[in-house]
Amino acid sequence: MAGSGYLGVDVGSVSTNLVLIDEAGVLLEKIYLRTQGDPIGAVKEGMRQLAAVAGDMKILGVGTSGSGRKLAGVILGADCVKNEITAHAVAANHKVPGAQTVIEIGGQDSKIIILRQGVVIDFAMNTVCAAGTGSFLEQQAARLGIAIDKFGKLALGAVTPVRIAGRCAVFAESDMIHKQQMGHRIEDIISGLCEALVRNYLNNVGKGKAIEPPVVFQGGVAANAGMKAAFEKELVTQVIVPEHYDVMGALGAALVAAEEKSRKDGQSTFRGFKALNRDYATRTFECSGCPNLCEIVNITMDNEVIARWGSRCGRWDSL
Amino acid sequence: MKLTFARLGNMHIAGKALFEALGIDVVLPPPPTKRTMSLGSLYSPEFACLPLKVNIGNYLEALEKGADTIVMVGGIGPCRLGLYGEIQRQILEGLRCDFKMIVVEPPQGRLDRVVRQLREIIGPQPITRYIRALHLGWSKLASIDTLEKLALELRPFENSKGEVSFAFEAALKCIEEAGTPKEVTSAAENGQTAMKSVCKKTDSDKPRIGIVGEVFMVLEPFVNCEIEKRLGEMGVVVLRSIYLSDWIVEHVVKDVFRILRKSKLPYELAKPYLCHFVGGHGVETIASTVDYAKQGLDGVIQVAPFTCMPEIIAQDILPTVSKELGIPVMTLVLDEHSSGTGVLTRLEAFVDLVRMSRRARR
Repeated sequence: MAGSGYLGVDVGSVSTNLVLIDEAGVLLEKIYLRTQGDPIGAVKEGMRQLAAVAGDMKILGVGTSGSGRKLAGVILGADCVKNEITAHAVAANHKVPGAQTVIEIGGQDSKIIILRQGVVIDFAMNTVCAAGTGSFLEQQAARLGIAIDKFGKLALGAVTPVRIAGRCAVFAESDMIHKQQMGHRIEDIISGLCEALVRNYLNNVGKGKAIEPPVVFQGGVAANAGMKAAFEKELVTQVIVPEHYDVMGALGAALVAAEEKSRKDGQSTFRGFKALNRDYATRTFECSGCPNLCEIVNITMDNEVIARWGSRCGRWDSL
Repeated sequence: MKLTFARLGNMHIAGKALFEALGIDVVLPPPPTKRTMSLGSLYSPEFACLPLKVNIGNYLEALEKGADTIVMVGGIGPCRLGLYGEIQRQILEGLRCDFKMIVVEPPQGRLDRVVRQLREIIGPQPITRYIRALHLGWSKLASIDTLEKLALELRPFENSKGEVSFAFEAALKCIEEAGTPKEVTSAAENGQTAMKSVCKKTDSDKPRIGIVGEVFMVLEPFVNCEIEKRLGEMGVVVLRSIYLSDWIVEHVVKDVFRILRKSKLPYELAKPYLCHFVGGHGVETIASTVDYAKQGLDGVIQVAPFTCMPEIIAQDILPTVSKELGIPVMTLVLDEHSSGTGVLTRLEAFVDLVRMSRRARR
């Protein structure tokens, strides 16, 4: 691939996504991988795949996002490390200009972002409960022996959705089992589950927020047609699932990197695709300086410490 | 007697000075750590709020260090804190700890009650000694508040990250060691100079964010994941709605001497949204948010312990305040599990929001 562009990497709890965009913000390539508990491995694998298509493309800037953004930022030499809320908002506004509400449901968290005239004016994230998130849906699909990509479509075949208690994942599961043992159709149960999770989301994450159309639904769970239909039913409005809904965090990170670049000149701090051949590792130890017993993480590149964090007091912050 | 009390921000410095000036040995709980939290949550009811758990952890660690008498505040009204003195006594007795607990109830206009309770702790003392001790304790408390306020203003302008906090900690130590009100004043003045000297002289326009919410969560950096410091280091000027010295004037001094009328201001500010006392700092949370909106701040963050009833009431009212007065508000509900990462993600996003809306306004 010739020309130049920006790289965005979103390291989430469940998936790691990478995107390459050109200078106009058009997505050139996207990669969606499972993090599988190994963020460094996932980033390296993603970069290996990306290098194959990027060829001699000039990377002008790199942005990282997601819960693993700091780690990914260090191993890639990112120019900016952005929280996932802002990244998702930027991407949503880019794909659906004028979007006023963003519903984002990922593997372990869910958020709502309210925008007006392209500016984030309010947001919320789930606090103490992960009931409606991707991990729970996956677990239920596995329990029923249904492939996750078919799970949502089944819900569309419901005739009379059953009522499932969506307040908590444990209650929801026992309610589903009860309904299944009573002889309800699987389509009706899955549809009922989607409706319950949507109710939970709106009462929990979306509580007190002014949800106005256009409503954009993104994140891994947006692939679930049942969830989309349940949101449309509950909100009585069309819900837009944008193209590349599954890599919006990475897209947002790339767009933020591009914006940052336009504000200040200078070389990108990106280590380059080749740097991924280096050996990255993390080593942790428990600091015994006080009863906090902080777990300190050392990030090494070819046995050289390139970053360190984890202490509350900051005594290990400098290298 | 070896006296101890639960920690709350930097209150222990003033508390220790007060009691020691009255000739009482004080054993302070060590600064809260993960161990404090683990001990506290192990022995507390699961659904109690975080302050109770951290208090229990404080007591257990202080008892280990040799304390034998605990002073705790009582209270009346819907906030559960009023009940905690008694609950904590029962928990510690259940653990077969050897201690005496004194719960100081709100005076409600009765100076004689206060005197009786104080004498129970202190024993008979000449009145001049009381005055001297109160003077010393109060001067420390007021100086600490002044320095804390200054740190919040200066942090966004520091030359390199952490310098203001470093100078602030050093000044705290000097105040702690000071033996007379005069020494306290000079320690505070030196501290202010030191803190200002590590900052760039600049009047550049920084975003301003106010912090409101439950008193313990607002004042104790260990439980709120040091949000003031983090925001300051992100380049935000922080305004805090609660300072201990103000709180003591409002809730203790004015409760003893009822002739000094309590400030009606919070109720007046909150009135369009909440016109009834709901316990704890519920009304103050709303009132401070209204106040900050009127002062033109860029945003407000509410901090509350999980399951805190007064703050839940305020939380449900805040979206209306936010909408009507056009000020972004975010609520952080914190509990023992709260990871610094989750809090940081939300803080970063909130600061982005504030910056974006400032840019859009221009």
